[in-house]
Amino acid sequence: MHPILKLVSQRLALGLLLLLAASALIFVGTQILPGDVAASILGQSATPEALANLRAELGLNEPALSRYFSWLGSAVTGDLGTALTNGQDIATSMGKRLGNTLFLAFWAAAVSVPLAIFLGLLAVRYKDRWPDKLISAVTLTSISIPEFLIGYVLMYFIGVKLGWAPSVAMINDSMSLGAKLAAIALPVTVLTLVVLAHMMRMTRAAILNVMQSAYIETAELKGLSSFQVISRHAFPNAIAPIVNVVMLNLAYLVVGVVVVEVVFVYPGMGQYLVDHVAKRDVPVVQACGLVFAAVYILLNMVADIVSILANPRLRHPK
Amino acid sequence: MFKNIPISALIGLFFTGLYFFIAIFAPWVAPYGMAEAVGDVWEPSSAKHWLGTDSIGRDLLSRMIYGGRTTIFIATAATILSFTLGSCLGLLAAVMGGWVDQAISRFVDLIMSIPTLICALVVLSVMPVTIPVLILVMGLLDSTRVYRLSRAVAVDINVMDYVEAATLRGEGRGWIIFREILPNALSPLVAEMGLRFIFAVLFVSTLSFLGLGVQPPGADWGGIVKENKDGIVYGIPAALVPAFAIATLAISVNLVADWILNRTTSLKGGRG
Repeated sequence: MHPILKLVSQRLALGLLLLLAASALIFVGTQILPGDVAASILGQSATPEALANLRAELGLNEPALSRYFSWLGSAVTGDLGTALTNGQDIATSMGKRLGNTLFLAFWAAAVSVPLAIFLGLLAVRYKDRWPDKLISAVTLTSISIPEFLIGYVLMYFIGVKLGWAPSVAMINDSMSLGAKLAAIALPVTVLTLVVLAHMMRMTRAAILNVMQSAYIETAELKGLSSFQVISRHAFPNAIAPIVNVVMLNLAYLVVGVVVVEVVFVYPGMGQYLVDHVAKRDVPVVQACGLVFAAVYILLNMVADIVSILANPRLRHPK
Repeated sequence: MFKNIPISALIGLFFTGLYFFIAIFAPWVAPYGMAEAVGDVWEPSSAKHWLGTDSIGRDLLSRMIYGGRTTIFIATAATILSFTLGSCLGLLAAVMGGWVDQAISRFVDLIMSIPTLICALVVLSVMPVTIPVLILVMGLLDSTRVYRLSRAVAVDINVMDYVEAATLRGEGRGWIIFREILPNALSPLVAEMGLRFIFAVLFVSTLSFLGLGVQPPGADWGGIVKENKDGIVYGIPAALVPAFAIATLAISVNLVADWILNRTTSLKGGRG
């Protein structure tokens, strides 16, 4: 078997295994932890009958292992169960929200990735001069403020004081793409700021790392033009770390979305999850946790696979 | 000793110290009680209320001070927990190697494969949200990162000649961990501690903001944002005050951590 194929299939298998283990962890986290799920859902004042009913409804009387497999089995076929609080099917109410969340994350990525790479290159080009220092000061600040506060600061100054963008991001199906984009302008800005700093710092480090290596010096010394140095030597080696950075930040974006959605009252997965954690609606929390974990694991896996594919050393088996 | 501290680290040390001082002596520093209503709703700042009042007429400055106390206490406790647990397991894994190392490392990989916030939300959906539970959840989740770092550092140190010399002269595992490896691994760990502390501050603020952290009437910085967020739309900036506090605290701790890290890399003759 070709070594690349072998590495990729190994990584795929590891991803699947990780997902399976993550689902088990989520299940354990909600069901087997000390504390009675039924009691925590109904609160202190629940009658014993109500507790017994809820336990039967949740299937808590069966052994944990068989509950896990029946939950996992139906989750794989797309049946995520019904919400305790309103009895609705989780998969249907999640479907549209997942779409909204991905819409938001997609646009945030579309803005932040090119910007981060551009700024990272700029910081390398003007290393240790004022653009580099300015960029690192700004990124240090934006790393130090939690997402939701960046959200409110922008909402206060841009949304309310200046009135440039709507301060809540309500979207629905009847809106045109332009109207939707206008509605999510502020949340996209916040998400961009949040991932930009990290992504840029890592891009800067990755490129600097490559540019300082011996083969770049050799290429320069043997008289290649700077364009050839970058396109033939630096770029193929820098692409793997950069793609890795981008993917890790996209994965981070999926989580950052949770908080930003709550700030801007955006009808997405994050708000759904947070609402139902507060209501202690365990099936919804499990389903959302599983979806978030799956997206996160998937993006991490893609990052690894891209860096395997981008590594020219693996293409020629020894 | 203080001559060689760069100005940025001094500023960082000063503000970090100030915040901790205010947190510890909150009842003496705060002009009003934490939960007493002393004025109108959302009064602007005045000589009587320096930062104005909050959504139900409590003095915002006092609330910020008590909130800082809660936030800093939870973050400190979670950091201590994550450090003790993470570095002990990390050093142990590095020294023991073999299946112990494999078992702990793969378990940590698994926990880190789920985003921290999602993991915390899942667990908090079934646990009662109290301060000890918060500290425990945050500390345990964060210890995975400390584990990775301390294991990586310790694996490097473990192959040094002086460790081998200690093994050969028959020292026990405890001696090797605490007398040979730990002193040499301490500097990067202390720098990391600063970053973990900031992360804990941001994390507990986020959880409280989502309504899943410190419960009212207790105050913390994230909770203050949550209570006052409705004012934003009417142009009342009360919810932005914690942003300033969190950002200055985080930046000052960062400055100190950066300095420690730089100092240690130059000690080792690293390239900085």
